Amino acid sequence: MSEQIDAEQVRKVAKLARLQLSDSEIEEFTGQLGAILGYVEKMNELDTEGVEPLAHCLPISNVFRADEVEPSLGTDRALANAPERDGPFFKVPKILDDNSAA
Amino acid sequence: MSDISYEVIVGLEIHVQLCTKTKMFCSCELSFGQEANARVCPVCLGLPGALPVMNRQAVEYAMLAAMALNCEVSPFTKWDRKSYYYPDLPKNYQISQYDLPLGSHGYIEIPLEDGQTKRVRILRVHLEEDAGKNLHTAGNFSQVDLNRAGTPLLEIVTEPDMNSPSQVRALAVELQRIVRYLGVSEGDMQKGHMRFEPNINLAIKRPDGEFRTPIAEVKNLNSFRALERSIAYEVQRQLDEFLETGVTLQMGNKSTRGWNDVDEVTVLQREKEEAHDYRYFPDPDLVPVTTTPQWLEEIRSRLCELPLARQTRYVTEYGLSDYDAGVLTAERPTADFFERALAAGGEPKRVCNLLTQVGLKMAREEGVDLAALGLEPAGVADLAKMADAGTVSATAANTILESMVATGKAPTALAQELNLIQTSDAGELEGIVDQVLAENVQAVQDVVTGSKKSKKARGFLLGQVIQKTKGQANPKVVSEILDRKLK
Ligand SMILES: [Zn+2]
Repeated sequence: MSEQIDAEQVRKVAKLARLQLSDSEIEEFTGQLGAILGYVEKMNELDTEGVEPLAHCLPISNVFRADEVEPSLGTDRALANAPERDGPFFKVPKILDDNSAA
Repeated sequence: MSDISYEVIVGLEIHVQLCTKTKMFCSCELSFGQEANARVCPVCLGLPGALPVMNRQAVEYAMLAAMALNCEVSPFTKWDRKSYYYPDLPKNYQISQYDLPLGSHGYIEIPLEDGQTKRVRILRVHLEEDAGKNLHTAGNFSQVDLNRAGTPLLEIVTEPDMNSPSQVRALAVELQRIVRYLGVSEGDMQKGHMRFEPNINLAIKRPDGEFRTPIAEVKNLNSFRALERSIAYEVQRQLDEFLETGVTLQMGNKSTRGWNDVDEVTVLQREKEEAHDYRYFPDPDLVPVTTTPQWLEEIRSRLCELPLARQTRYVTEYGLSDYDAGVLTAERPTADFFERALAAGGEPKRVCNLLTQVGLKMAREEGVDLAALGLEPAGVADLAKMADAGTVSATAANTILESMVATGKAPTALAQELNLIQTSDAGELEGIVDQVLAENVQAVQDVVTGSKKSKKARGFLLGQVIQKTKGQANPKVVSEILDRKLK
């Protein structure tokens, strides 16, 4: 099942996930991911003709809450586990290109 | 150059911040100007194990806006994860809607400069959560504030139906008016409640063929001015680039540009090639939204007459100028106040003049909307009736309205108090006219003989009468008496 995914794809996925992998790790994960995909591939043996795509595995919808304010954590508790802080801010490595999406 | 012509093609993506009390998927209060990271919780911080729950109000606001934009509201929508890594996105994915947006296939009518309207198609309307904010400090690090993370955003995407910078501006302004009318957003530009991303290119015609320039997307514009100017800049830049290099639209040569507000230029943003590989997939933490006809009907009942329709109606039904109708319908409280004054018996044009010449000016000075000035619509209607009946002059009516705001008193009381009641009693005025005519024989002569000075002399006599009554004579009545006596 090694044709499921090649080293190049693993490199790309790692880059997207901001993971730095060594060559030996690339090789290891190519094998592991290939095995997982091969396992999932089994599902393709099922006949899904005429079966609606499923968006969610629970047969429920419309779980809402009212638009009512509950207390937030507050700055100090929010930052309690941060590796580094700068005043009330999370401190992160310098961002060079700012193309935030949303 | 003269054998070349081109058409501008613009589509627009707009993010509108909804005015719910709390965030999209958690109960943190929406914030503006609070201490950084004060309004966050495990959900909007993306802490392991925290689960999002939909804000019903946000979903209903989005449906209401979709309906106002003439969209089909989907009977079934779901949430998808849009994956990308950035410090302002704590979960490393944004919850959004990918293949099943809440609304689609709509349109918005926008006013054009020539008084006509244009229909711009809406491709889709969907809900998503906002990211936090990165602050770039002088040091060798960046700061992250997650107060905004999770704020509900409505994303609206139009078809590329606009053909000039001013049309795009008109759409943006109209959309702001609509979301404010509906009460789904404050639409406050200063607070970043509306952000725009136009997609721009040109269709060029030349003797040797027709060409399309590569599409440029300008990111994150947060004022109408920047929106309009950046498009105007892009039009010229793309035209120049085409003439110089001949580059045309191809797969993969769309560019992303930023707007430099100081130099008023767009700047190419370097983007990594894989940046747009968002790997959308359904969010397993959130269940879908399904609608029933009853629920949709209930939401539809909250729709109001939209601003442009109202503006048009003020012109056709009340005979107001398009300009005045635009001023009165710019904000819903103003238009509602105007209509309540009409319901209380005020004549539309008179009420319009009182409100546009005095009311709105005072409201602007106070920094409030018209309805918050403390005026009663019925009081304004009474004042309009007094002006129409000639009890007070138009100028006096404006003075009285100012005093109504200042004192809260009724117009009739103020007219008396301020000595502004006009004398329209013909009998009383006739005596004064006779007196003036007797005192100004030469002027009377000039009028009667129809000499060159006739018009001026008549004006002089009218002025004398008004002066003798200390400005309280109704000029119209005096004029009639003069006409009769000077035949
Ligand atoms: Zn929260």
